[in-house]
Amino acid sequence: MSLFAEFPKMGRAELRDFKKGIDESFKDFTRDYGEAIEHFFDPLLYFLVWLERLFLNSPWPIVMTAIAILVYFGSRSLKLTFGAILAFLVIGYLDMWEDTMATLAIISVATIVCISVGIPIGILMARSNRAQTLITPILDVMQTIPSFVYLIPVVMLLGIGKVPGLLAVCIYAIPPIVRLTNLGIRLVDKDVMEASEAFGASYSQKLLGVQIPLALPNIFAGVNQTIMMALSMVVIASMIGVKGLGVPVLRAISNQYLALGVMNGLAIVVLAILFDRVSQKFGKRLQAHTESMK
Amino acid sequence: MSDIKVAIKDLYKIFGSNPASMIEKVKNGISKTDLLENFGHVLGLDNVNIEVKKSQLQVIMGLSGSGKSTLIRHINRLIEPTAGSILVDGENILSMSQADLRNFRRSKASMVFQKFGLLPHRKVIENVSYGLTIQGINKQEAFEKSNQWIESVGLSGFENHYPAQLSGGMQQRVGLARALATDADILLMDEAFSALDPLIRSDMQDVLLSLQEKLHKTIIFITHDLDEALKLGDNIAILRDGAVIQSGTAENIILHPADDYVTDFIKDINKARVLKVSSVMTNKDSVQGPEIQDTVIIEDALQIVSQSGSNGAVIVKDGKKIGTVSLADMIMAIARSTKNTDSDTVYR
Ligand SMILES: Nc1ncnc2c1ncn2[C@@H]1O[C@H](COP(=O)(O)OP(=O)(O)OP(=O)(O)O)[C@@H](O)[C@H]1O
Ligand SMILES: [Mg+2]
Repeated sequence: MSLFAEFPKMGRAELRDFKKGIDESFKDFTRDYGEAIEHFFDPLLYFLVWLERLFLNSPWPIVMTAIAILVYFGSRSLKLTFGAILAFLVIGYLDMWEDTMATLAIISVATIVCISVGIPIGILMARSNRAQTLITPILDVMQTIPSFVYLIPVVMLLGIGKVPGLLAVCIYAIPPIVRLTNLGIRLVDKDVMEASEAFGASYSQKLLGVQIPLALPNIFAGVNQTIMMALSMVVIASMIGVKGLGVPVLRAISNQYLALGVMNGLAIVVLAILFDRVSQKFGKRLQAHTESMK
Repeated sequence: MSDIKVAIKDLYKIFGSNPASMIEKVKNGISKTDLLENFGHVLGLDNVNIEVKKSQLQVIMGLSGSGKSTLIRHINRLIEPTAGSILVDGENILSMSQADLRNFRRSKASMVFQKFGLLPHRKVIENVSYGLTIQGINKQEAFEKSNQWIESVGLSGFENHYPAQLSGGMQQRVGLARALATDADILLMDEAFSALDPLIRSDMQDVLLSLQEKLHKTIIFITHDLDEALKLGDNIAILRDGAVIQSGTAENIILHPADDYVTDFIKDINKARVLKVSSVMTNKDSVQGPEIQDTVIIEDALQIVSQSGSNGAVIVKDGKKIGTVSLADMIMAIARSTKNTDSDTVYR
């Protein structure tokens, strides 16, 4: 029986036509709507460019001071603040200042985009079970599909540049904040919600006065993870035209420059550690009310 | 009729996938177990009728699972009934729109919860003023009002603490102050003191009673503790499997328990503390003794009579003699149910 000997498959010609059909129709779609979509993202592009210029054109001591202030008010830790200053001094001394600023800019914009898109989606998921069953598999796909695969349609649609890079970063980095917003809201104590309901709270009073504040530690854990994942996309994003620390890493891979690769890689690690520690300390402070006074 | 504050009429609640289809079966008297085993629905409330008078403290009592929480949550429509109506000041709250219902919850009926239900991220003062801020009252005014209530439940000095920094008893004082702060006439209390230690619980009962003396709220108080019911309740309704099996004053229930379930409930009670002398009053000229008010409980009367060495007491009301009570009758009254229970359960 040939059915057992060989897997039943599509004819070679049909398969080729099938794939070609998909490619063709996507290309048509790109031709028709590509420009419109590109314009849609223009504000994002301007913002990113503006932020990058701001970081790069401001004198480095001012940027450094701003970073130190942000770190201090986020973490309330002098140790961490001095650690950050030292790390950035070394980065600058090793001639990675500009790339680091470019990376900081794209990470900041990606984080803002992820938060402002992800939190509302998370709220929607927490509110409706149907939305949850619909969105969860999409998040699963976004997190597991190899990033190179979704780079293809993004590049076909928007070409090479900052916006497609930003989009790629966001697609990869947004799932945690969506998931943890949803989880955080669903975990809010039923008794507290009932009390709020019993006092006649409206939907928005419940959401803003009870659910979001009580979900905040979880939402914050989501923001933290989103930033981490965005940072880990820096190298891949640089393949499609995003400036920053990823570019020298790519160059180091293709030319076998060990020192260059390691140095820039470590700079990414330093950024990650800083973001992580600061946001965790900040998240902990948000939970202060749950601890009893000593 | 106008002094009826809350009237619950022919109320049914069935939990399950298709409650409406089960209502006939329930009306025809299917038991809770049958309904669950054969049709997969839970009978929550079964033809409940309760009228609560204005300014009264109505206790609803029953064992775990008897439907107490389900019932009280119907009064502010946290749960929708399967059939029946709930009238508050003559208005059916089931016909209210969502907006009307929110207003009703904001200004007419407030609630105290067994597990407190405080907002953990807000300070005591913010918790107490929660209902007021929901109403849209500005923060300063809300805080001023709340401060008075914090004081009246004895929490002055703790305004800026978080709930997690307070003991259970103090947290429930916050819960009580929060409910009182909205000036609602109806107070719904679902096992409000059950999570507290006996001593603290007794404290809270006293707090509630002394506040009630001033405020004259209409209070619906859920408990599974008979002592608490007797201490607080002007009127008591007993629930079993979602149905009210007896309703009346504490004395009434103790003197005439409707069935074995109720008898079982009250068998451990110290009757001398609940029954008033008026419940065993007769009018025998042979009885001589000190004068006592008709509202004195038998426990106190026994003490007065035995100290005076007489064979009974004269009962007066508004300064006039209305009857007598003999020592023997009082002893009989508190010993009556020993016929079918062990004698040592009468006095604990
Ligand atoms: N949402 C629900 N779905 C299904 N059954 C429910 C639901 N809520 C309550 N019940 C059932 O209704 C009955 C009454 O429950 P309820 O919580 O009112 O009892 P309770 O008297 O308050 O008990 P407890 O003293 O334990 O608080 C129980 O049999 C319970 O299992
Ligand atoms: Mg209950």
